[in-house]
Amino acid sequence: MDQEEKTVKKKREIVVPGEIIVSGDEFLPGDGTERDGKDIVSKRYGLSDESGRLVKIIPLSGVFTARRGNVIIGRVSDLTFNGWLVDLGVASNGFLPLAECPRYINQNDMAEHFSIDDLMVAKISGVKGRGIDLTIKGRGLGKVEKGIIINVNSNKVPRIIGKEGSMISLIKEKSGCDITVGQNGLIWIKGNKIEDEILAKNAIGYIEEKPFIEGLTDKMEGWFKEEKK
Amino acid sequence: MSKEISNVSKQSIKKYLDAGVRFDGRKLDEYRDISVEFGVSENAESSVKVKMGETEVIAGIKMDVGEPYADSQNKGNLITTLELLPMSSGRHESGPPKIEAIEMGRVIDRGLRESGFIDFEKLCIKEGEKVWNVYVDIFSFNDAGGMLDAAFLAAVIAMKTAKLPRYDEKEEVVKFGELTDTNFPVTDLTPVTITGYKVGGHIIIDPTVEEEEMSEARLSFGLAEVEKEIMISSCQKGKDTILTSEEVGKIIDLSENKYKELFGVIDKAIKGIDKK
Repeated sequence: MDQEEKTVKKKREIVVPGEIIVSGDEFLPGDGTERDGKDIVSKRYGLSDESGRLVKIIPLSGVFTARRGNVIIGRVSDLTFNGWLVDLGVASNGFLPLAECPRYINQNDMAEHFSIDDLMVAKISGVKGRGIDLTIKGRGLGKVEKGIIINVNSNKVPRIIGKEGSMISLIKEKSGCDITVGQNGLIWIKGNKIEDEILAKNAIGYIEEKPFIEGLTDKMEGWFKEEKK
Repeated sequence: MSKEISNVSKQSIKKYLDAGVRFDGRKLDEYRDISVEFGVSENAESSVKVKMGETEVIAGIKMDVGEPYADSQNKGNLITTLELLPMSSGRHESGPPKIEAIEMGRVIDRGLRESGFIDFEKLCIKEGEKVWNVYVDIFSFNDAGGMLDAAFLAAVIAMKTAKLPRYDEKEEVVKFGELTDTNFPVTDLTPVTITGYKVGGHIIIDPTVEEEEMSEARLSFGLAEVEKEIMISSCQKGKDTILTSEEVGKIIDLSENKYKELFGVIDKAIKGIDKK
């Protein structure tokens, strides 16, 4: 997020795959770009972002790519003898081993903790060729209970969270709901009242519609004022 | 993300319905905003795109001349097909139409045919030899639930605004692309289809994908106003749970109340095109 502040002066531009973003040996290719001779060429559709010498792409579309440390929301798709298979909405399956649960779970009681079609908040502990390893050891991780789940484009997750979490804390504060944002685009909203949950849901829908406005957090505050009337 | 819905969503949908609201803040018997767009396809005799919330569906009418069926020598032929395109939802796959699409197409066909909306005898050119074949082609562009009601609306509006193509009787060919001023022969009835879904003991209309997935039963009625009374002309029950007679009564009452609203949408759309 610090990098973004530095590059405010440089205008971000929409690029398509194959487009030459900058040319010159002094630049370094970052995420979503590659070097072709002297040029830095885009590999994805998104906004080009130059911070110093590093050039990267902020993607606007495409599937979620799993990274170590990401918090995601997944759906249990199967039980095996030593863990759960979790559908994250990506090509490869997630796997939560029994050993990665915070307490001891008997192999025979696995279905009591997570059965098929249950949702969980989990952290990605590693990405390997055969799959994605998950863990639920940690604060805020575990089973999703009560509340509603909404699905957004995973590329808009950073906007929903905002700079240092400013946007998401604003929505949490104004709606009074607990919100967990999974990096894969699933969002869990849990509030005391149904109206609160719908308010939070509409707020997230508003951000999803308008992702390119500067000072979105301020606009959001105005939006809440109007909604409360 | 997933085709199946999670246990949490099931629980909260039911909780919401118990409180009388839906996930998107609607009431149980509320339709999403419906908008109509004309002229989607240049080559069709008439084409209409209907948006119902996020659900998008297009319907086109295409006509040519063919032979009548043995049991309807002086009547035109109606062929309705509906395709659920794979791009419209993760639930649909490419390939020949699946049971869901076939059923929906047939329900729409029956709704159009049995309501007395089409004047089939006017579609006859020469009795026993030549009649108009009417193709109603419906495609889903985005399936966000409630497809049947939206598709039926599109089909009706397309028929109401279609013009017959020119038929050259000497050469015995249809001059495609040359439309006459003759309207497609419809009566002054306006049919609509309204589908009631039973979800967790509640009756709702115009479901979202989640609600549609977890619904236990559905019942569609084809209705039309005849001499100031709303008459049922067709119906179709879906899914494997039973409906009690009270629930059926509830859906009938609901569709009777909602008829005016959908009629208004059709009426407004057609008046809008007349002004242009």
